[in-house]
Amino acid sequence: MIQVNNLTKTYKGITVLNIGNLEIQKGESFGLVGNNGAGKTTFFSLLLDLIEPSTGSITSNGIQVNKSEGWKPFTAAFIDETFLIGYLTPEEYFYFIGELRGQDKQAVDELLKKHEDFFNGEILKKKKYLRDLSKGNQKKVGIIATLIGNPEVIILDEPFANLDPTTQFRLKKIIKDLSDDKNVTILVSSHDLAHTTEVSTRIVAMHKGEVVKDIKTSAETLQELEDFFAV
Amino acid sequence: MFSKFLRLEWKSFTRSASFTGNMILKIFMIIGKINLAILFAMGGVGMFFIFRDEKMNPIQTVNRFLIYYFLADVTIRIIFQSIPVINIRPLLPMPINRGTIISFIMGKTFVSIFTLLPAFLFIPFALLLIFKGDYPALNVILWMVSLWAIVYINNLINLLLDGKDNLFIIFIAVIAGLGSLHYYNLFDVTQYTGPVFDSFYNTPYMFLLPVIVLAAVWKYTFTYFTKAMYLDTGLKGKHTEAVTQNLTWLNRFGLMGTFLKNDIKLIWRNKRPRTTVFQGVFFYAYGILLLSGVVEQYNNPYWKILGALSITNGFMFTFGQLVPSWDSAYYPLMMSQNIKYREYISAKWWLIVIATAVTTLLATVCLFFGVEAYLMVLAAAIYNMGVNSHLALLSGAFIKTPIDLTTTQQAFGGKKAFNIKAILLVLPKLILPFLVFMYGDKLLGKGAGIALVAALGILGFAFRNIVFKAIEKVYLSEKYSTIDAYKQKN
Repeated sequence: MIQVNNLTKTYKGITVLNIGNLEIQKGESFGLVGNNGAGKTTFFSLLLDLIEPSTGSITSNGIQVNKSEGWKPFTAAFIDETFLIGYLTPEEYFYFIGELRGQDKQAVDELLKKHEDFFNGEILKKKKYLRDLSKGNQKKVGIIATLIGNPEVIILDEPFANLDPTTQFRLKKIIKDLSDDKNVTILVSSHDLAHTTEVSTRIVAMHKGEVVKDIKTSAETLQELEDFFAV
Repeated sequence: MFSKFLRLEWKSFTRSASFTGNMILKIFMIIGKINLAILFAMGGVGMFFIFRDEKMNPIQTVNRFLIYYFLADVTIRIIFQSIPVINIRPLLPMPINRGTIISFIMGKTFVSIFTLLPAFLFIPFALLLIFKGDYPALNVILWMVSLWAIVYINNLINLLLDGKDNLFIIFIAVIAGLGSLHYYNLFDVTQYTGPVFDSFYNTPYMFLLPVIVLAAVWKYTFTYFTKAMYLDTGLKGKHTEAVTQNLTWLNRFGLMGTFLKNDIKLIWRNKRPRTTVFQGVFFYAYGILLLSGVVEQYNNPYWKILGALSITNGFMFTFGQLVPSWDSAYYPLMMSQNIKYREYISAKWWLIVIATAVTTLLATVCLFFGVEAYLMVLAAAIYNMGVNSHLALLSGAFIKTPIDLTTTQQAFGGKKAFNIKAILLVLPKLILPFLVFMYGDKLLGKGAGIALVAALGILGFAFRNIVFKAIEKVYLSEKYSTIDAYKQKN
């Protein structure tokens, strides 16, 4: 589904990302772990064509992302609060995304109903604009919005951060359900090794811009990762 | 401690993303302020000599009208004087007395131009009174002290009223009310206030009154801010109750309607774009003034075509040319969602065109000024839709100033939504059609100028597809640097 070739990103002579070759299969649940500055967000931004690669390229479903806009219809992402429109209410935001993805109000409402417990009664019909919600509640809105319109590629940057324990638990279930769908490729980055090993079928660890580990998740994965990051 | 605060202020100024723009603005503002100071000093000197030549008692005459001066002073402060905000939140848990922080914020307003200007007015006046007019020095000085205390009280009143922008309307109403009652001899407020100000001069200990009031207001302001220094009180920020609006009537326009819905909400719910759109009203009014031919000097076709362009250009000038910047807070979303650049740009184009069409409809009143005037408006509208709308989109791609929609800065204060860059950019949009009109009018005769401007606009429409492709290319090539620039918030 996603093919990375000799991808590098350099800022003022300092290489912050260098991935020689990486292939993410369709239907994979791909977990990205690493310390601050490992290049996780840089990689996702390149995947969404928000920054320009210094060399190399990324193709998604056969489309080179920085050459064509053809990847947009099947890709959804939530990276940070710049993916939210602060002056809209959560409902308006969901319908806006729905309209962009060709979903009518009814289809969006159905999806929202399905994830009612994830919102925990704090999002819908609260008479608040997105900018007035807490960080955690904003994140809930952003995550659910990526599910609108059944995208084939879903990218979530640090989805577990800022969420309360109950919501983290519910989010894990959502991601697991998605990874059961063989048409959905889901990419998740996190600082939390336990969460990532739980929801991902494959884990890539990055360090200073390079891939240092690439493992299929098994019973020993968490221990292996903990040993790697414990210094 | 104050010197440390000053260093923080300096850093926040020099390190802001829009530093160069700020610099130019600051220089203009400093020149403007020096200009004002000179004017005020001349006013102070002039007052003395005029009153002396007219054989009026300068002190009594000034005292009579001081009430208007001080009311106007408060009003102008509320409109223009922005409150210096040092970023308070990170300072709260530091080992700094709350009192020190508040004193700094309050103290800073006392060195503002609004507090210094009266000095340029009153000090030369007082010196002349003492040395040229032989008025007793002690009385003049005590009188000065009283007036000075009132200037300071005004300054504190403005601090207390900060954030209540619409209050200035009340003050203007009070001044207008008192002024007209005075003018029609119904009620003369100066008869009551004049003697109070006189007493500051005549009775030596009366100066204590404003000084004591000043001390009380200072104390009150200080406690007010002490109470406001908590995250859940003064530093909370305003939350308005949100109402979900679906604007379903726009659905029939498909994807275009989706974007239009968003833009309407953007303008309606955010302070910054709202004030910007209201500024468009000024262009409309100015255009009407030029077209009406009421002012003798403006009563010729060249001023009139400028008026016509101004009427139909207002929205584009204030709002349209900052087009992608309005979306700066969520630009990464717009760039990665299921939107093609072409659709995004043409939605913005439609917004500008619709707004221009609305102003053109509103300009139907120009029929009162003759058919020619109305034809000018129509030609200008066609030109604005056909040519200027594209220019606005094009220049917008290069502006790249992130806009913080939620800032509750005063409508005219601080970094203005309406800045030098904006003025520079409007020049080509006004001058080109003006020259074309002049050429047609001078060389080809009456009516030809109007026809040429309209023809130029239609030409713009004809090349729309080509122009759009070019704009799309610019947006694409500027995409990464635009996303990067929008990240750098102040």
